[in-house]
Amino acid sequence: MMLEIKNLHVKIVEDETEIIRGLDLSIKAGEVAAIMGPNGSGKSTLSYVLAGRDKYEVTEGSVTFNGENILDMSPDERAVSGIFLAFQYPMEIPGVATMNFLKAAMNSQRKARGQAELLTPEFIRLVKQSAGDLGVSMDILKRALNVGFSGGEKKRAEILQMALLEPNLCILDETDSGLDIDALKIVAEGVNALRDKDRAFLVITHYQRLLEYIVPDTVHVLYDGRIIQSGDKELALHLEKNGYADVIASAA
Amino acid sequence: MNLREESQERPGDQDYEELSQFHTDIESEKAPKGLSEDVIRFISAKKNEPEWMLEWRLDAYHRWLTMDEPGWARVSYPKIDFDEIYFYAAPKGFDEGPNTIDDVDPELLKTYEKLGIPLREQELLAGVKNSKIAVDAVFDSVSVVTTFREELAKAGVIFCPISEAIIEHPELVKKYMTSVVPVSDNYYSALNCAVFTDGSFVYIPEGVRCPMELSTYFRINELNTGQFERTLIIAEKGSYVSYLEGCTAPQRDENQLHAAVVELITMEDAEIKYSTVQNWYPGDENGKGGIYNFVTKRADCRGDNSKVMWTQVETGSAITWKYPSCILRGNGSQGEFYSIAVSNGAQQVDSGTKMLHLGKNTSSRIISKGISAGRSQNTYRGQVSAHRKSTDARNFTQCDSLLIGNECGAHTVPYIEAKNSSAQFEHEATTSRISEDQLFYCLQRGIPEEEAIALIVNGFVKEVIQELPMEFAVEAQKLIGISLEGSVG
Repeated sequence: MMLEIKNLHVKIVEDETEIIRGLDLSIKAGEVAAIMGPNGSGKSTLSYVLAGRDKYEVTEGSVTFNGENILDMSPDERAVSGIFLAFQYPMEIPGVATMNFLKAAMNSQRKARGQAELLTPEFIRLVKQSAGDLGVSMDILKRALNVGFSGGEKKRAEILQMALLEPNLCILDETDSGLDIDALKIVAEGVNALRDKDRAFLVITHYQRLLEYIVPDTVHVLYDGRIIQSGDKELALHLEKNGYADVIASAA
Repeated sequence: MNLREESQERPGDQDYEELSQFHTDIESEKAPKGLSEDVIRFISAKKNEPEWMLEWRLDAYHRWLTMDEPGWARVSYPKIDFDEIYFYAAPKGFDEGPNTIDDVDPELLKTYEKLGIPLREQELLAGVKNSKIAVDAVFDSVSVVTTFREELAKAGVIFCPISEAIIEHPELVKKYMTSVVPVSDNYYSALNCAVFTDGSFVYIPEGVRCPMELSTYFRINELNTGQFERTLIIAEKGSYVSYLEGCTAPQRDENQLHAAVVELITMEDAEIKYSTVQNWYPGDENGKGGIYNFVTKRADCRGDNSKVMWTQVETGSAITWKYPSCILRGNGSQGEFYSIAVSNGAQQVDSGTKMLHLGKNTSSRIISKGISAGRSQNTYRGQVSAHRKSTDARNFTQCDSLLIGNECGAHTVPYIEAKNSSAQFEHEATTSRISEDQLFYCLQRGIPEEEAIALIVNGFVKEVIQELPMEFAVEAQKLIGISLEGSVG
């Protein structure tokens, strides 16, 4: 298993509210797993916990990534180990050109892995190629990261970073939110182009719509901090048609 | 001031009685502790100064004695005991330097390394004695100075230590020194007049565009001497010069007090750009040690349509008290101030500028970026004023503060005074914090925390970095990163 989550319990540090209550989930290399669930079920919390956000505290359970316990690792160490989170709300970094940010991220990861830093011509070549595939203009790359970007531009910039950093596990947190259908298609194409037998995806979404374009291997329903039902892409269609109510009712 | 021009005696010819009590000390290259007329005579003698200069210093000393230390800045420190300070110490020669690079403080070398300074230059900067490399490098730098002086001389530019200018160009020094910052302008300027030991003198003749950026880098060995620097730059009609002050590596100094005075003068249509990168020793994280940096920098835009631009990157010193200012006297003259002040640990910064609009149609622009981390306090203090005869004066001020952590402070104290109703003064100020969300975002991309902070901070100060000369900009960015190390966690 690439990612193995066992009996995970998580609370918010500040007010001790328990959000994840005994979650089990396994994802294989090459798999695209979708997590669906109503608002407040703990979907975004799960993505933050996997990425190492210190606002949350794991009180019980384990998370291993490629056999390694990641819970003691800092967020940047997790990133270096190959975990990437495409944010629902990507942060703005004023004054830092997107291009410079990309270079800092790529070279930090290379350095941490003991690889030589990229030289500028090679870096530019890689960025141009990926940006071209995703329809991201060079003009955007010169602007400060996410500052004044439209919703679609922000999400595309996230996928661009994902393509350049070549992670093993890609977590997409509500990547479809705020996207019109054309932007959604471009983002989905970008993701599909990265599908690979050595790479897994955890696609967190509220709606089935995204899964029409990024077709998952497995679908899991998250409710009240637990996976209450798992299935294949048919489950997503069922949820789309009937809502969460009957799945929740049958789990209770 | 009593300027006795006829008296050009060398100190050797002077009344020996007067100096006799310091005889051994003269040999030992160090004045006794404390300040007195005798110490001033000693300094003046050391510098082979003409009599008029000595008189001038003594006059300043007597005025200083009647003055009080200013107490209005938002800084606190134990009262300075002026009797415990050495006001003159000769520069450390190669005899006193460390024997090999292995004898140099490893902390110092670590910092050099981070700044990307080649080993060869590291040895030079640390003053290593028995190094073939260092000796070569010294010769290199001497020859650099020589060729570069020749080129400047061809253009008619004078660029030399102020002590040399006092001897070689007394008429210029007498005409301009203290014409911008009077002797008794403030406590520290008076003290500086009495005891200054080094600094630069620059004279750009009419219509000359200085063929290169003048940098104190070339004078790094001479710089080590001065805890009281005095710099005077004169740009004649239609001339231009860019002057870089500072160090590419930390200047270590056992002395506690630095009180420099810098005066700039621009005539009609002339322009001076003055850039500083200051990274004096800031003291340890508990506030022990470090430099008190009490500096008076002022420009007089004397001629019409003249321009002065101050750019500063301040990361060092335990206490900074510094307000590079512009007197906008000429009609249509312009003053600009771009500042980055970083404070960490227990550092205290009270810095800003003054833009005094006297002429008509004068304009000024202030961009100040303060970054506070650790337990430091960072204050922007700025004055913008329009004289009643200064019609159509314009100013734009933007003052941004960034806080890192919960124990530091940022303060903005603007004084705005318009005595002419046609003045247009704008002031914008923001205070923000590096958000945890921003930091987490960077970490998630694999950027380690300290690099992430440096990245975000460099984004914050970008507007000012853009105004720095190219080679300074790169160093300034690295320096900001180094200064903020250990600010989180």
